[in-house]
Amino acid sequence: MYKFKLASVVIGMSLAGSALAATEVEWWHAMGGANGEKVNEIAKAFNDSQDAYSVKPVYKGNYTETMTSAIAAFRAKQQPAIVQVFEVGTASMMAAKGAIYPVHQLMRESGQPFDESTYLSAVTGYYTSSEGKMLSMPFNSSTPVLYYNKDLFKKAGITQAPKTWQEVETTAKKLQQSGVSCGFTTAWQSWVHLENLSSRHNVPFASLDNGFGGLKTELTFNGPLQVAHVKKMGEWQKSGVFSYSGRTNDGAAKFYSQECAMFTESSAGYAGIKRNAKFEFGVTELPYWEGKVKQPSNTIIGGASLWVLQGHSKEEYKGVASFLSYLSRASVQADWHQFSGYLPITKAAYSLTKGQGFYAANPGTETGVTQMTTGTPTANTKGLRLGNFVQIRGVIDEELESVWSGDVDAQTALNTAVKRGNALLRKFERAND
Amino acid sequence: MTVTFPQKGLPWLLLLPQLLVTAIFFLWPAEQALEQAFYQEDAFGLSREFVGFENFIDLFTDPLYYQSMLTTLFFSFSVAILGISVALLLAVMADRVIRGKLAYQTLLIWPYAVAPALAGVLWWILFDPSMGPIALWLNSAGVDWNHYLNGNQAMILVVIASTWKQISYNFLFFLAGLQAVPRSLIEAASIDGASPFKRFWTIVFPLLSPTTFFLLVVNLVYAFFETFGVIDATTKGGPGQSTNTLVYKVFEDGFVGLDLGGSAAQSVVLMGIVGLMTVIQFRFIERKVQYS
Repeated sequence: MYKFKLASVVIGMSLAGSALAATEVEWWHAMGGANGEKVNEIAKAFNDSQDAYSVKPVYKGNYTETMTSAIAAFRAKQQPAIVQVFEVGTASMMAAKGAIYPVHQLMRESGQPFDESTYLSAVTGYYTSSEGKMLSMPFNSSTPVLYYNKDLFKKAGITQAPKTWQEVETTAKKLQQSGVSCGFTTAWQSWVHLENLSSRHNVPFASLDNGFGGLKTELTFNGPLQVAHVKKMGEWQKSGVFSYSGRTNDGAAKFYSQECAMFTESSAGYAGIKRNAKFEFGVTELPYWEGKVKQPSNTIIGGASLWVLQGHSKEEYKGVASFLSYLSRASVQADWHQFSGYLPITKAAYSLTKGQGFYAANPGTETGVTQMTTGTPTANTKGLRLGNFVQIRGVIDEELESVWSGDVDAQTALNTAVKRGNALLRKFERAND
Repeated sequence: MTVTFPQKGLPWLLLLPQLLVTAIFFLWPAEQALEQAFYQEDAFGLSREFVGFENFIDLFTDPLYYQSMLTTLFFSFSVAILGISVALLLAVMADRVIRGKLAYQTLLIWPYAVAPALAGVLWWILFDPSMGPIALWLNSAGVDWNHYLNGNQAMILVVIASTWKQISYNFLFFLAGLQAVPRSLIEAASIDGASPFKRFWTIVFPLLSPTTFFLLVVNLVYAFFETFGVIDATTKGGPGQSTNTLVYKVFEDGFVGLDLGGSAAQSVVLMGIVGLMTVIQFRFIERKVQYS
């Protein structure tokens, strides 16, 4: 009898437990450091706001590691419900039709209110299908801007931040005369100096609307504009107007140490620069070539979005949908935007931030947003959708490096990059057709 | 003397743990790689197409693959030769130290405990063109150090970072080898009037040849297959293709590029190279080494 009682108590408790326990939703992300802590904070705030679902963020290393582990987990049927994938992985995710649960469909099927027009199209455009449906939820998006050292500018007698590449050249030369050894350096060279160069001048980076039109896309970044820019950069590397400092954002060190007076880097680099720069700095829009375009177009984004993976229960997906709605709230978005320097994804978050006086108090933080939202995105500025893009960027890095070192001329290097990149595109087409 | 077991089952049972480890961690993945090398597949494993030898044909018609092979050979021999010669020099010196011998030897062995990726980061900081102490010193000495741009300098950096750790390991073996050289031989030679230099080359070095041979093999294998962490932490294979070794390329294509078929084909080629190296070692070179 006693045993029976005990058993019923145990069963009763476990039933109660399962009724009370929130459905757990796993979220794999690549946000380390301060941003990682913020991610945990956001998840905790969501979990505290209701008791049906519990989002569990798991840090999985850098972007590549996070994506690779999610794919490996999918193959082993252990995938998380939500995974953060960087923008260059978009085409791979999109093509995996059996693996992803498109966000617009998830929201509809879970009965969450979802209005795509409230999002900033310049941000969501990168992640929408050719029919204009959102496939993933943008989370952290950024765009390249130009940072400059105000102290060094003052010393050289320069009063205006350069708007065009022509002005960058003359500014750099003036700086050099005043004793600065390097005009500018850059982070993420392919993203800034080829991908965004193309969109800023409304020139295609790849055929079929930069790959949005299908898998048969071919690279076209060996056109006259890109060749001229890369050629100029090669010359600048020799004269010290430009100084190359690696494939990622290691160039920041040269900007902090005041070796280089200007730095083209992601708008999300703002927090790091603010922390490390021991001088006054300014933020201005990414320059363009005067005479090559009348009105520069919007830049395209980098960063990452949240993809929902197949293979979970309906209950879990309800949790995912409610979490994604929570993330899109103006207050949550504005807080994340102001904390991290990533762009807001909804119009409401943008106007809320403006209303709070954040941009006025932190000059330069609005630059990325205004630059992103200039005009209506065209087929050349909506984004890039290229398979094997991670490898293609690697190819571009290699070929650009051979120009900076003076081994190969710009036209040959870009032709080779296009040829090697196209081979990777064909491989992707074959594997996913 | 040979030990014999009364029944047939026991030896197998005793071997079982090792056999299981070999089967699960070596044979099974090797078989998987072999199979994967004949397919092209999307990253998620949703569709799969048998392509025969196409992945291999792609590989062997790619001039960059040959370039990577040359890079690997140059890199591996540089690491092995540099590592062995520096370690030998240090071991000969340490062998002569009398006071504080243990402290000296311990300090020389320490770097071996450092993880490859960490060693990579360490050297990367020391050589960073804008803030690394060594790079700044080189710049002031008139050497324009920038391994982000200069492929030869990048190669020097990865060779140094990879060798540094290995020197400790080599040192340990050489020190043991030196202590096994009979004192009487050296004393006899010095009575005959042989200079220290001559004594080293005619007595000590030949007696060390089994150790040197062993270390050459181990170092080459190390440089071929275990330097991934160092390269990833320092140059990521760049600039251009200048430090893209075969193993790093497998990682790049497979894990970053998600090209599983192509990456598997490269792994199969690597397996072939390991096999070939083993055969060469034991068939041809080992016979020429004196063991006593």
